[in-house]
Amino acid sequence: MDNTNKKITKLDVEGLSLKSVSLWQITWRRLFRRKSALVGLGILSLLVFIALTCQWIAPYNPYNVLIGVESVKSRQAPCIHLLGCPSDQPQHIMGIDGNVRDEFSRLLFGSRLSLMIGFTTVGFAIVIGTILGALAGYFGGWVDNVIMRLMDVLLAFPSLLLAIAIVTVLGPGLQNALLAIGIVSIPSYARVVRASVLSVREMDYVSATRALGGGTIQILFRRIMPNALTPLIVQGTLGIATAILDAAALSFLGLGAQPPTPEWGSMLGSERNQVFTAPYLVFYPGLAIMLTVLSFNLLGDGLRDALDPRLAHISG
Amino acid sequence: MTTYLLRRFFSSIPVLIGILFVTFALSRLIPGDPCRAILGEKATDKVCNEFIHRHGLDRPIPVQFAVYVGEISRGDFGTSFRYSQPVTRILGERLPTTVELSFAALILSLLVGIPLGIISAVRHNSWVDVLTMFWANIGVSMPVFWLGLMLAYIFALLLKGTPFALPPSGRLSAGVIAPTLADFWGLSVTKGTISYTIIDFIGRMNVLNALLTGNWELLGDALKHLILPAAALGTIPMALIARMTRSSMLDVLGQDYIRTARAKGLAKSLVIMKHAFRNALLPLATIVGLSLGGLLGGAVLTETIFSLSGVGRSLYEAITARDYGIVQAFTVVIAVFFVVLNLIVDISYAYLDPRIRLD
Repeated sequence: MDNTNKKITKLDVEGLSLKSVSLWQITWRRLFRRKSALVGLGILSLLVFIALTCQWIAPYNPYNVLIGVESVKSRQAPCIHLLGCPSDQPQHIMGIDGNVRDEFSRLLFGSRLSLMIGFTTVGFAIVIGTILGALAGYFGGWVDNVIMRLMDVLLAFPSLLLAIAIVTVLGPGLQNALLAIGIVSIPSYARVVRASVLSVREMDYVSATRALGGGTIQILFRRIMPNALTPLIVQGTLGIATAILDAAALSFLGLGAQPPTPEWGSMLGSERNQVFTAPYLVFYPGLAIMLTVLSFNLLGDGLRDALDPRLAHISG
Repeated sequence: MTTYLLRRFFSSIPVLIGILFVTFALSRLIPGDPCRAILGEKATDKVCNEFIHRHGLDRPIPVQFAVYVGEISRGDFGTSFRYSQPVTRILGERLPTTVELSFAALILSLLVGIPLGIISAVRHNSWVDVLTMFWANIGVSMPVFWLGLMLAYIFALLLKGTPFALPPSGRLSAGVIAPTLADFWGLSVTKGTISYTIIDFIGRMNVLNALLTGNWELLGDALKHLILPAAALGTIPMALIARMTRSSMLDVLGQDYIRTARAKGLAKSLVIMKHAFRNALLPLATIVGLSLGGLLGGAVLTETIFSLSGVGRSLYEAITARDYGIVQAFTVVIAVFFVVLNLIVDISYAYLDPRIRLD
């Protein structure tokens, strides 16, 4: 403490302007100190890069059936020139899928869908969950009771089972799968927001705003909600991981993305009976799902530590 | 303690009613005509009307709901359209598979997860710790269905012919039969009674059956078939348990009373197990309770991959076939099971930590 004070006075004396350090800068610095978070950020950056550039870096069109284009067979094993595959054969580093398409190109395009699934479902769940949680926490009483009991009911089902049930009602398809996963993830965000609202609702600065004539909306969104932001970011990052995993499971069961969409879960699902004859068609999509989920998990854990106010003494 | 238990018990009643309502609503909202889904596309209107009337589907929705709740409270889950059998009987046949699988997965994850977590905490920042946490991170990120398929590929194909080969599907090898317990013990119980149901239920869990009848061949075969699905299903909870044990042990190991215990000369192992681990158990109870819900969800995928006819796979099949009776019954049973588990977790919390009771 003494040290910082001295620094400030010194800077003041010399007439230099003090650079303020925002919470985000501190968070970034802390995040960069954690190896695991860096690994997560690295994988994620690679994925985003692939998702943005796949139409240029993919060697083939992911929907193109190669019958008559090249002399390749359905479910042909990978052919990598560097690993001794004869150079007169076309290179397919992850092999050919059951419908004679290049597996590697499909895998690259799958990154777009996975990231899109993660962000849209969690975005949807955060918006709805925040509204519900804020209402429950701020108004209390029967509003709180009704909303939170409803959330309890949703939480009473294992999330994947509930998502399966909802998709069956809505009909299979990517959009409905996204909606189902969005719905089942609402309760965790509602809980996080409600807890933050409850913890600051009676604070003096909130009463002060009310005394100054601030309306409910202003109090809720300008005074109370900023407190819920950090737990929401952490929960959201980890939630993306779960959402991607659940969406892949739904597609695997044939309830999510439908063929020929290059989605990892559905690519894996359509080849699952060939695991003994063409294991590469099962291995690579699963590996891609795992790496994506891993990157969000590592980043989420890193953010939780970086944003933890209890660790504030470790200054940025 | 009693007040706490009662309050906790009554607070779960609205949730139970909510579950009944949600399952009822979901099964009635499933698009498509149940009659033609069961009797085939060519069923005539006359046959269909009769079918709908027989199953009470022509009555007003609130009446259907009231009838439904009344029946469930009497333990009657109705009949399956598809199998024309009471749903409870189908449930009785399929549930033991899922229960056996879930418990095997849970036991596996506890047996591996807890020691790994303790070692990681005690040897904080050592290579064991780094490696364990690396694997734990991978473990929670792995899609269950992918892990299952890869395990099947490795153990059933790559290791074929070695002593490590394991079967990729089913519960028992051809020719191995689990005896009916009632017959084995020479008990005369009539079908339909509660004692028959319980004995039948236990008998359908192959491992338990083998242990009770002392049938070692059956035990070996059942375990062989159980290992791969249990490993696939148990990996995520195992990773969660290892992480939770580690962080909760790290919290406790930093406490003053641990230093005191060490300072007064107690052996390190005694301090770790008696002073530290017991206090680190509390957060672990929550994770175990929550994991069981995940296990039930993961059972759908695991049972599909390993061709096990358990509750999860039947539920999935019933949904695609619009078999209302099974969908309702199985979701209700799974959700109620989950609520009861959480109740048990909360109660064990109160038992483990006296401060909670007084709240």
